[in-house]
Amino acid sequence: MSDASRKFLRNRLALAGTLVILLIVAGGLGAPWLAPFDPHEQFFDGLTLEGAPLPPNEKFWMGTDLLGRDLFSRLLYGARTSLIIGVVANGAAVAIGTILGLVAGYVRGWVGAAIMRFTDLMMAFPALLLAIALAAIFSPSLWIVALVIALVNWVQIARVIYTQTTSLATREYVEATRALGANWPRLLFVHVLPHLLPTILVWSTLGIATTVLLEATLSFLGIGVRPPTPSWGGIIFESQSYFLDAPWLVFFPGVAVLLMALSFNLVGDALRDALDPTQRGR
Amino acid sequence: MVRFLLSRLAQSVFILIGVTMITFALAFLVPADPVRMIAGRNATPTVVENIRHQLGLDRPIPVQYASYLTRLAQGDLGRSYMQRTDVSTLIASRLPATLLLMAGAIFFELLIGLSAGIWAATRRGRFSDKAVMVASFVGVSAPHFLLGLLLLYVFANLLGLFPLGGYGTWRHLVLPALTLGIAGGGWYGRVMRSSMVDVLRQDYIRTARAKGLKERKVVLVHALRNAILPIVAMIGLDIGIFMSGAVVVESVYGWPGIGQLAWQAIQVIDIPIIMGVTLTAAVAIVIGNLVADLVTPFIDPRVRL
Repeated sequence: MSDASRKFLRNRLALAGTLVILLIVAGGLGAPWLAPFDPHEQFFDGLTLEGAPLPPNEKFWMGTDLLGRDLFSRLLYGARTSLIIGVVANGAAVAIGTILGLVAGYVRGWVGAAIMRFTDLMMAFPALLLAIALAAIFSPSLWIVALVIALVNWVQIARVIYTQTTSLATREYVEATRALGANWPRLLFVHVLPHLLPTILVWSTLGIATTVLLEATLSFLGIGVRPPTPSWGGIIFESQSYFLDAPWLVFFPGVAVLLMALSFNLVGDALRDALDPTQRGR
Repeated sequence: MVRFLLSRLAQSVFILIGVTMITFALAFLVPADPVRMIAGRNATPTVVENIRHQLGLDRPIPVQYASYLTRLAQGDLGRSYMQRTDVSTLIASRLPATLLLMAGAIFFELLIGLSAGIWAATRRGRFSDKAVMVASFVGVSAPHFLLGLLLLYVFANLLGLFPLGGYGTWRHLVLPALTLGIAGGGWYGRVMRSSMVDVLRQDYIRTARAKGLKERKVVLVHALRNAILPIVAMIGLDIGIFMSGAVVVESVYGWPGIGQLAWQAIQVIDIPIIMGVTLTAAVAIVIGNLVADLVTPFIDPRVRL
């Protein structure tokens, strides 16, 4: 493990990604103290005399939105939405994927086959369209959006965990434990699961990037987290029609989404390099 | 070979049946009653019951599923709640635009991905290699709507090189196809680089170099033929990503494909259209995967079926 952590620490991109993630987390958690203004307050001086939003200036660092609200404060609070969705939705997806992959990989037989055929089936659905269908059906709140994303995103992890479990299940130590009389849930979760933790860590990190992008896209399409809750994709959805005149309303939240997804991708990729022995020397 | 073909076909059919079960089940989860949506708020109970009966929504669920499958087999995807047209007609009229967009996206994807991947692989470990790999990560991590709006702002609004959206000439195609192509190009670049790095280590490449071939020819002719194989399989898998991306990109650029159709349907919660597009996309994905599996042995004789 020390070898892996040394390898990770030598990767400067991954460290930069970690730093950005920490900044976003700090910004989201500290939003009430860091935000210069209330994210919901519509400022009288936040709009021009014609009622147009203000570009970035001394008072409003990132400009104002169509209702004269401070964009920087809204971005800080929007980080919370992205982080909550990232942690909850991705956590649920990882949990579902891990449990199904473990069970399918160990139990085999018709149960395993049924689970894996179901994941094949889910792979055939375009993730965004399935999420759109689900989000259009349930009226979207923060938790529904998280649920929808979890229901779409568990597939990849289930497949990876399945493949690794099938090879782990043939190891002698598993057979020995079974001979000692351990029942299969105990065997799986106490003896097999720990070996899968590096894989789970890598895929959880990469999964947050996917999740953040999916949430932003759903919000951009108008079926994500409902206003007035600030969300990065939602800010772009609200100001889309105005964006040729007020490009900062798209640029800042868009770059925030990009930075967050990029950071998790960089960190996840570096973790994979550090933890996966087959990737050595590339 | 024939056995593999048949089992692969059977598998695809099973997946498609599963897909119809899920879309059918989804339609039942809708809390908004479709009958009410058609009848309007002030309809009398008799009218509501009549419409329910007309739509066959008062029959048992297995019967409804069977008739749903029968209708699908006849190419009937139901009727749009709002547009009062057959969903299959709507999708058929929009599909060519989406296919054109995909073709353009695959072109840009290959152009960006292959050149970036080859370039990085031949400069392995150097600064330019790392720069390309970071750029590919940015491409992969950028949300489609951000890329689309930025390209639109810079190349259409500021520079005026391309139209602000719409459909018709090749100029309309460039920006939406490029938007989809950049994200895919990021993936291709990464796969192409690692595949090329592997191939360049092989003995036959050393032989080619040893007999005095120019490095350019070694890379672009001898190595590329083998290194490109993983990319071919990816094109088939890409269709799923494109189908999702098309919803965003077509809505940004006003491109009249099935993605825009889905986006318009989302705004009014027109479930039959959303389901129809999802089903069409799923069929496209299954076909894409099937084709990718079937084509691989023809371009790579080492793969035996």
